[in-house]
Amino acid sequence: MNKIKIFLLVLCFAPMALYAAEPGMPLDKAPIDTSDNESLQRGAQAFVNYCLTCHGASFMRYNRHRDIGWDNEAVVLDKLVMTDQKAGDLMVSAMRKNEGEEWFGVAPPDLSVIARSRGADWLYTYLRAFYRDDTTVPGWNNLVFDRAAMPHVLYEFQGEQRLVVKNVDGKEVKSLDLVKPGSLTVSEYDRYVADLVNYLVYIGEPIANERKRIGMLVMIFLFGMLGLTYLLYREYWRDIH
Amino acid sequence: MSKQKNSFLEWIDKRFPMTVTWREHLSEYYAPKNFNFWYFFGSLALLVLVNQLITGIFLTMSYKPDASLAFASVEYIMRDVDYGWLIRYMHSTGASMFFVVVYLHMFRGMMYGSYRKPRELLWLIGMAIFFVLMSLAFTGYILPWGQMSYWGAQVIVSMFEAIPFIGETLHNWILGDFMLSDAALNRFFAYHVVTLPVLIVVLVFVHIIALHEVGSNNPDGIEIKENKNPESKIPVDGIPFHPYYTVKDIFGVVGFLIVFCGIIFFAPEMGGYFLEYNNFIPANTLQTPDHIAPVWYFTPYYSMLRAVTVNFLWIDAKLWGVFLMVAGVAVFCFLPWLDRSPVKSIRYKGPIFKFALAMFVISFFVLGWLGTQSPTPLYTLLAQIFSVIYFAFFILMPWYSKIDKTKPEPKRVTK
Repeated sequence: MNKIKIFLLVLCFAPMALYAAEPGMPLDKAPIDTSDNESLQRGAQAFVNYCLTCHGASFMRYNRHRDIGWDNEAVVLDKLVMTDQKAGDLMVSAMRKNEGEEWFGVAPPDLSVIARSRGADWLYTYLRAFYRDDTTVPGWNNLVFDRAAMPHVLYEFQGEQRLVVKNVDGKEVKSLDLVKPGSLTVSEYDRYVADLVNYLVYIGEPIANERKRIGMLVMIFLFGMLGLTYLLYREYWRDIH
Repeated sequence: MSKQKNSFLEWIDKRFPMTVTWREHLSEYYAPKNFNFWYFFGSLALLVLVNQLITGIFLTMSYKPDASLAFASVEYIMRDVDYGWLIRYMHSTGASMFFVVVYLHMFRGMMYGSYRKPRELLWLIGMAIFFVLMSLAFTGYILPWGQMSYWGAQVIVSMFEAIPFIGETLHNWILGDFMLSDAALNRFFAYHVVTLPVLIVVLVFVHIIALHEVGSNNPDGIEIKENKNPESKIPVDGIPFHPYYTVKDIFGVVGFLIVFCGIIFFAPEMGGYFLEYNNFIPANTLQTPDHIAPVWYFTPYYSMLRAVTVNFLWIDAKLWGVFLMVAGVAVFCFLPWLDRSPVKSIRYKGPIFKFALAMFVISFFVLGWLGTQSPTPLYTLLAQIFSVIYFAFFILMPWYSKIDKTKPEPKRVTK
């Protein structure tokens, strides 16, 4: 009987091993730490300065940033709100949907839960994989997202990359070469993007850290209950043979 | 005090059979004393049902069944409703765990021959519950109105179009539109929160009544009612459900909750299996995702749907696929009459049955995994092979269960 149980358990988890393998460009591991409030605050400011113009985070409220250390509404307004919005408002973009469609061909997607659909690693790689391509409308292309409608908004920080295609053993290997440095060094820019992606992960599920904290208490309680209910069961069943 | 209590009970009992019901279904319902691990999943299914009903009511309070508001209302629940995230994760995890416990519950029945005489009707009522559960899962998955909600549902409803002559009319009638839209979202919401929950609760009630009429099977597959104490008329191997199995099931419930809460609090997406990543993208009627996969509990049947690639007997491959998929679920209904073995339980069945059951389990998992993948020629071939194995388990059963070498059943239950 135990063999069947083990067999079933192994089968249950077998698909997981294969799930991770997805075709396409290998993604860089994003250094995510949603308990690092300073990183999240830097990411939040980068977000309102460079993303919010076109992309909304319209399920997120400004005053929710109490989670990441800005627990005073005046601070939130000072750090994040540049329009006449109030602290309790949703972070909607200034750009209207039809304007976005007209200017970029597609309306820029809302980014509230983008980290939950794309994943942190994809975002981290994507934001560092823009290169100059004069054949596209925005003048930029992306190694992770071919012909993305988005231009390289962080160009002044990263600088300009060019695509290098090498032939290794008959296989095409694509890489990027920084031809014109930006105002940040490569490691500074990686840090900048990491903060931004960290923030996107946070707004994807603002409750995540609290959820895990409550979960630990729930687990402690349940394991205690498991012992007690087992003893209760043994006590009642003592006379059953 | 006790006298007062008794007279109160008497007052009730003259007007409602309370004590009789309590005795018949709990304190004097005699269950075999040798239930093992596999016998937890019936009561756990009931627990998950109650979880779904209660969390569902709270979700309904903030959810908006409107194509332009649905996605945002789910995120509103996740962020702005007090403990809304917990209620939502309990419901979404509950949906998957419902299938986990029901599949294990059914597998238990297959191992120990619980579907056989006199429990055929009990098994069929259980199958009806399974159909309603699948409908509940399907209508519920549409509600967040994400990309997978939309396109997964599109695949399912397009199956109705494959039905000859009336297909298109039926498809439009079900959707209330020519395509999946707000009209369909509204009606699926109505089914999900009213029609189907009422149906499943009634069927579960009937399932338990039928169970208590025939009595529980056990891992030895022998009838404890055939060996009663001549004086008390109580089965010698039976023990009162309450308190023995109530305390045991409470222990089982806590064990289950450790897994359940572990998922809710630490991995609510369950690696994209319980909440698919693409479903965090709002439904876009103009953009078909590269890869459409239903939630894991439908994937074995989804594989069967895709396995048929040739038109056969003037019937379109797609319609054969639909037929195969429906058959894949419905074939369980015939088990009571397919099994011709002289014994019920796997403990006394022969090597052929054990091998057949193992092959069935493997094919179920392989088909399930294939259903999550994009089809390639190799995968389609595998889906075809394992669909054949899946159905062979059932179709060949009257033959192999008869010729299999069985062991003699014991007179009394064993440990």
